[in-house]
Amino acid sequence: MLALLRNQKIRGIIFQLLTVIGLVAFLWYIGANTVANIEQRGIQTGFGFLEGTAGFGIDQSPIPYTEEDTHGRVFIVGLLNTMIIAAVGIVFSTIVGLLIGILRLSNNWLIAKLAKAYIDFFRNIPLLLQILFWYNVVLRAMPNPKQSYNFFDTIFINNRGLYFPQPEYNTTFFAILISFAVAFTCVYLLNRWANRRKEATGKDFFVLPWGIALFLLLPALAYWIGGAQLHFSFPELRGFNFKGGKVLSPEFLALAFALTIYTATFIAEAVRSGIEAVSHGQKEAAASMGFSPYQSLKLVILPQAIRIAIPPIINQYLNLTKNSSLATAVGYPEIVTVFAGTSLNQVGQAIEIIAMTMLVYLIISLLVSALLNWFNHKMKIKER
Amino acid sequence: MVLSRIAKVSLATVTILGLGVTTLSADTLSEVQKQGFVKCGVDGGLPGFSEVGSDGIYRGIDVDVCRAVAAATLGDAKKVKYVALNAKERLTALQSGEIDMLSRNTTWTETRDTSLGLNFAGVNYYDGQGFMVTKKLGVKSAKELDGASICLQTGTTTELNVADYFRTNKMKYKLVSYDTNDQVVKAYESGRCDVLTSDQSQLYGLRIKLAKPDESIVLPEVISKEPLGPVVRKGDGRWFDIVRWSFYAMLTAEESGVTSANVDAMLKSDNPDVKRLLGAEGQMGENLGLKKDFAYQIIKQVGNYGESFERTVGQGSPLKIQRGYNALWTNGGLQYAPPFR
Repeated sequence: MLALLRNQKIRGIIFQLLTVIGLVAFLWYIGANTVANIEQRGIQTGFGFLEGTAGFGIDQSPIPYTEEDTHGRVFIVGLLNTMIIAAVGIVFSTIVGLLIGILRLSNNWLIAKLAKAYIDFFRNIPLLLQILFWYNVVLRAMPNPKQSYNFFDTIFINNRGLYFPQPEYNTTFFAILISFAVAFTCVYLLNRWANRRKEATGKDFFVLPWGIALFLLLPALAYWIGGAQLHFSFPELRGFNFKGGKVLSPEFLALAFALTIYTATFIAEAVRSGIEAVSHGQKEAAASMGFSPYQSLKLVILPQAIRIAIPPIINQYLNLTKNSSLATAVGYPEIVTVFAGTSLNQVGQAIEIIAMTMLVYLIISLLVSALLNWFNHKMKIKER
Repeated sequence: MVLSRIAKVSLATVTILGLGVTTLSADTLSEVQKQGFVKCGVDGGLPGFSEVGSDGIYRGIDVDVCRAVAAATLGDAKKVKYVALNAKERLTALQSGEIDMLSRNTTWTETRDTSLGLNFAGVNYYDGQGFMVTKKLGVKSAKELDGASICLQTGTTTELNVADYFRTNKMKYKLVSYDTNDQVVKAYESGRCDVLTSDQSQLYGLRIKLAKPDESIVLPEVISKEPLGPVVRKGDGRWFDIVRWSFYAMLTAEESGVTSANVDAMLKSDNPDVKRLLGAEGQMGENLGLKKDFAYQIIKQVGNYGESFERTVGQGSPLKIQRGYNALWTNGGLQYAPPFR
């Protein structure tokens, strides 16, 4: 027996086994305790509540929702709103972050310092404060609906949100939508062909004018083919609020803006570190080959920098998604606000609801990181 | 060496397993007496109901229920630890044992009373939901609110009532919901919404928080029943009784004319009702597991229900709310305590 214990390998296994047993026992203890307490109090358990009528309204929903719908639907609405805010935040923070990150390295003293000041300022203020700040700015600075800022009677800005015309979903609308997709594919293929031709023959081919022509002509053609019946529903002041058109609420705008501004600083730093990690010799080599600064950035520096920058940027995307739960401070109806907030309070089953909400973030995060890991793998330097 | 380490680890494991299941204490009274104070969940930001004054002291009609329970159980109305909770947190805080009782303008509903593991111990304020709008809008009735943006506190019955009301009247509305009343008031003031909805008593309370209270009016419609009262966890019958009868002692005192000013003189009263209330006769205190004079302590330190009402939300307060439904049954109201005998 003792001889067995003196064997390092076996001892390791024994201790690992004991740790696992201890951990399981601890979890079991907590679980049993919870169940016993819940039973003693007569608190309802299970997921039956998902089929119960919610009974409360939600202001913004990408899918049809009324008070008569179930808590299960509230969950879906919250989930979709979370995904919308995360997607919007990711797109805009990437654009802003990339731009600022490059400007940060500019040779122009003023631009570089301004970019640095922006990063240092917004990175070091808690996100929650920023959200509340922007929200109050939006609410206080904007006029009431009757005195809206009016842009050509089509776009209105007031303290109820940003109103803009919404197209009716008819044949013409979908024809134009498809034409854009076709134009995009054409430009992509054209670009690939141009690159291949350049590699083979060295001849340049300017895609840009062709691309612009495609993006203008194809939708025009689609408009004509689709019956030339494009109608918009315009926002119009009726009674208390604007009716018709589409609206982005102040809650959404403040949250999206704060998330973008905040996350962009981290992405900018990731981009900068990526660029600076590319060895200086590469830049010099590009310059000595007669590359312009733009060419050297586009063809030599960025392709290498992005590979280095992608993993930290992935982290920022995940952070942004999780940070979107701070929406609860301003009442944007994402999953934490409506499901882990309102629904939880109406049904009172904290454990089930919080577990479901945690699972949502876990799954979103795992999916995003899986997707970007795949992208990272694809972008990796292929060593031959 | 190794053996002793193994022994320790296994001992720890066995200890954890051996503990089995520890449940939340079902004897709140002993807990309270041991810790020396009552942990009471309140709103903390609602004038008249529970608000921290500039001197750092909690005051309000809900706070008085906490103080009454502290006076009954510990003999000192000051021995309360207040926990300010928002509407979303309050029920979970009580379920999980973070607080001993909840007295936070909470509406008594069937769902809350049955499926959440909670019990409502009484009704200390009969309320109903109403609407507040700015005078500028020129709205005279809630029926004219079609299309309005409505600010409210999330996690309340308010949210459900407003949905029902607009649905039955075939009107549309835009909901803007926040976690705390302070945020709701701020949003209403900045014009984010046209209407603020809440229980009527709260509307009066929140209105005095506005920069220009005169520019807002409360519409006449009351769209729901909101019986507000203290809540305790299910499964501790004695604590439930204590909270319930501490409140009833305040009602009974008002009914028999006992006030904080005359309670000492009333000790010598010949009236058998008063004698039983103040512990000069019968076993009322002992039945609850408390001292004989528990009701005397409540009345002496907190006052009777009428005193508490007038001081916190009635004529003695900036709110100036009429007794209305909250008058005693003998004066045509709904407040009625079962007899102390």
